[in-house]
Amino acid sequence: MSGIWIVMLAVGLLTFATRLSFVLLLESWQPPEIIRCGLRYVPVAVLTAIFLPEMLISDGSLNFTLLNPRLIAGIVAILVAWKTKSALWTIALGMLVYALVNLL
Amino acid sequence: MTDRMETKESHSRSALKEFLFGARAELPILLGVAPFGMIYGVLATAASISALNAQAMSSVVFAGSSQFMLVQLLELGTPAIMMILTGLVINLRHALYSASIAPYTRHLSTAWKLILSYLLTDEAYAVAIMRYRESNPVRHKHWYFLGAGLALWTCWQLSTAAGIFLGTQVPPEWGLDFTLALTFIALAVPAINDRPSLLSAVSAGGTALLAWNLPYKLGLIAAALVGIAVGIWSEKR
Repeated sequence: MSGIWIVMLAVGLLTFATRLSFVLLLESWQPPEIIRCGLRYVPVAVLTAIFLPEMLISDGSLNFTLLNPRLIAGIVAILVAWKTKSALWTIALGMLVYALVNLL
Repeated sequence: MTDRMETKESHSRSALKEFLFGARAELPILLGVAPFGMIYGVLATAASISALNAQAMSSVVFAGSSQFMLVQLLELGTPAIMMILTGLVINLRHALYSASIAPYTRHLSTAWKLILSYLLTDEAYAVAIMRYRESNPVRHKHWYFLGAGLALWTCWQLSTAAGIFLGTQVPPEWGLDFTLALTFIALAVPAINDRPSLLSAVSAGGTALLAWNLPYKLGLIAAALVGIAVGIWSEKR
């Protein structure tokens, strides 16, 4: 059993337990408003915390220059995602720009 | 006797009908889900995760954003405990779906509850809760939920398999390393639709950059907590 399986089983079991929690055990307890409110921001906060460093950090240091292909492609992708809300356009145009800037 | 049999027959027929209605209601959503499943399969393969492990993850974890996150964190060489913690944080929102659906599943057997909970993804929840909230007195709405959930599950497994196959055809020099980040942008940016969510994203992203050098990728958890706190604060203000 390799490391990836331990992580996979743990995340799978925790996810299942989360989905099962109220359905099986806490049928009549509704989470307080502050928790409901906080959980709404989890996906946006976590995803941004992953992709922003991916755009800006290369070889272990911040790279704000416009020669950074990841920064340019990321900015284009953010604009496309904001305008179109389409995952396919966002990924396709982001990849295209990333490839083009890398060629320069 | 004939009466009873007829009732039983119409009972199972309407259960089947609900099941098919649920699967059909899920279809338009599958058009959006299938590309993600394929992208997941391609990127998992590009990250040198074996075909078996990549496919297994789609049924063991069965949650798109945490699967993408696990592929990314595996590539970054993140310690296992941080991957598990991050996966837990990302999937905590499912507790909200669980709480929201619980009043409707109270009368079901434990087996039904286990199966429906396993299938409780964002997309199945969205379709099932709409049906539950309709005021008509249909008794088999859990079959509708099952139909929607299984349609999504099947689509996720098949599109993962297609992606894994495609991934083995992609030459490694294509450099798909940045595509995961683009996928996160595609998931996160459309969800930023008001001031609190914008402030939450900006503060989480800023914290992640500032805390980048923290050991064990602690910066990710710190960033998530700051982003959530700022979102709540901004909404309550």
